[in-house]
Amino acid sequence: MDAALRELSYAQAIQEAMAIAMDMDERVFLMGEDIGVYGGAFQVTGDLVERYGAERVIDTPISELGGAGVAVGAAVTGMRPIFEFQFSDFATLGMEQIVNQAAKMRFMLGGEVSVPVVMRFPAGSGTGAAAQHSQSLEAWLGHVPGLKVIQPATPHDAKGMLLAAVADPDPVMIFEHKLLYKMKGHVPEGHYTVPIGKAEIRREGRDLTIVATSIMVQKALDAAAVLEGEGIDIEVVDLRTIRPIDRQTVIDSVKKTSRLLCVYEAVKTLGIGAEVSALVAESEAFDYLDAPIVRLGGAETPIPYNPDLEKATVPQVPDIIAAARDLVKGVR
Amino acid sequence: MAGASKAAVVDSRANLPFVYRQYSPEQLREVLHKMYLIRRFEEGAEECYTRGLIHGTMHLSIGQEASAMGICMPLAEDDQITSTHRGHGHCIAKGAEVSRMFAEFFGKTTGYCKGRGGSMHIADVAKGNLGANGIVAGGIPIAVGAALSSKMMKTGKVVVSFFGDGANNEGAFHEALNMAAVWKLPVIFVCENNGYGMSTSTARSTAVKNIAERAAAYSMPGVIVNGNIFSEVAEASFKAVERARAGEGPTLIESKTYRHRGHSKSDRNRYRTKEEIEDWMANRDPITLFETELRDFGFIDDQGIQAIRDAVAKEIADGIEFAKASPAPEIATLQNYVYTEPA
Ligand SMILES: Cc1ncc(C[n+]2csc(CCOP(=O)(O)OP(=O)(O)O)c2C)c(N)n1
Ligand SMILES: [Mg+2]
Repeated sequence: MDAALRELSYAQAIQEAMAIAMDMDERVFLMGEDIGVYGGAFQVTGDLVERYGAERVIDTPISELGGAGVAVGAAVTGMRPIFEFQFSDFATLGMEQIVNQAAKMRFMLGGEVSVPVVMRFPAGSGTGAAAQHSQSLEAWLGHVPGLKVIQPATPHDAKGMLLAAVADPDPVMIFEHKLLYKMKGHVPEGHYTVPIGKAEIRREGRDLTIVATSIMVQKALDAAAVLEGEGIDIEVVDLRTIRPIDRQTVIDSVKKTSRLLCVYEAVKTLGIGAEVSALVAESEAFDYLDAPIVRLGGAETPIPYNPDLEKATVPQVPDIIAAARDLVKGVR
Repeated sequence: MAGASKAAVVDSRANLPFVYRQYSPEQLREVLHKMYLIRRFEEGAEECYTRGLIHGTMHLSIGQEASAMGICMPLAEDDQITSTHRGHGHCIAKGAEVSRMFAEFFGKTTGYCKGRGGSMHIADVAKGNLGANGIVAGGIPIAVGAALSSKMMKTGKVVVSFFGDGANNEGAFHEALNMAAVWKLPVIFVCENNGYGMSTSTARSTAVKNIAERAAAYSMPGVIVNGNIFSEVAEASFKAVERARAGEGPTLIESKTYRHRGHSKSDRNRYRTKEEIEDWMANRDPITLFETELRDFGFIDDQGIQAIRDAVAKEIADGIEFAKASPAPEIATLQNYVYTEPA
């Protein structure tokens, strides 16, 4: 088979990245709940325990706070842990170690240590798991200096950004949308990295910039394909990293298209859309705007169980199409 | 006391408490020196604070010197500790220089944290102190992680996690002890029980009478020591270190002690009596107890004690001068150390 066309799922891409990281560096190990013989709640670690043994693929007790702290302590003393939260919602139990310890330890100690820990967070709605297993909390962590927060949107980036995260000397938080785990895409063999802090233009266009994160990138591309038939030419920027945010790529794109739509799954208010809107409003791109900035985010509600309600909670392709069309046609 | 098994030491010291059999007279005099250094450091810091030279707040460990020194006594230089908001004594006991500690409190670039941490985050990574912590129980899981590193990298290091009686009611304590026991990690949990978490006594906060009893829930030895008697603390620590190095897993040591000062600079001492404080100061002061023992056993004389006190007074005065004379950080460096700078 042609290696250039090799396809993997997003979950397989992450698994391959973790295997490569462990092959390259004996300090790298995995920790998390049921990541060993069970293979992880979403089968991301899969059979890695068979290849690397229970000493490097460590099942922890159900102890998110303690587990996160152990990962921080191991990182600060020379290891390179990759810690999996079973669901990103459980970050709430580990916040102390993430926010007060991992993010600040280097700073508080005047640069005497680094904290090269990677934490992985299966995130997002769409699985019927209801309010406590479906949240998108990346902006919480994106608010904390000292952390880096990434949201790969493709299998290719999931692998490359995880390898970049493992090589990074600072704590990197990876939010992986659960519905992306089965997404297939081209993933090169071997080691490569995708830089943290660089957005990617997924589709070039003249009429409107959509800045999207995670699963919304694909939805924005689907919307753009439909609108292309109506003669609307959309540029889709995949933000990829929310801290540190790639301001320049966003600003340059808006200067070109003069319109901005932000699309993200997390609750709309006080989220990444507000940040992207503000950075544009504060920049020279403001003068180029031909229309108000529009945000499409999650509804102001916990994620409901009922599948129709659940879908209605977060932006869907028709919502993006409608918002983009209105923006370009000057309806609002 | 156990220890008769150390039959090799059959000399005039054979009937003395543990540390007198285990360590040389020079080492023991150095312990007294360090205890004085901690005490005078705390007093010096307090005075600088009162005079407005240090801002923020601080938590003094006066009265707990034997606990810090006893626990650190059997540790090697590259063994590691995590410490607490009441961490000045631990830092000195692990080998820090008081000049760089004062410099940190003065917010200077020569401080251990380059003026970014202050009292509550005092650390000395080169000497194995991974840092004090502003979060009660925050350092406990981190110590377990450091012990996991030790085990995985086979460095032989032992890690001590200091925390207070208040911390043993945090979930992090329980999660960390459980993992350390399940994975048999080389870590020692040291609860310095000074009777209170701020104003709340252990009787009002803690369901067990002795915190060491909680070790049973995690299948590890739970040892209670009089934290004001250096030899008792050092002996318990010595055994726990041996156990940890042998790969037999963690120990919980409850070191019963008392803080002479208030919780922090805002404490009005409304929750305990003056009599209680005076009783501890007059009858159970750890430095007095150790000094008397050293003198009674003939390890030091009055002249030797005076020499230590004089040397410490000078170290403290010099340390404060060093701190005062050190440069403050440039405002332009505000965002340094948030991330690891590219090499
Ligand atoms: C998580 C958390 N809760 C509360 C506080 C406020 N606080 C600081 S020290 C302290 C008391 C701690 O008591 P203990 O653990 O016994 O230590 P001690 O002060 O007696 O040395 C409290 C409540 C804090 N810093 N962190
Ligand atoms: Mg206490």
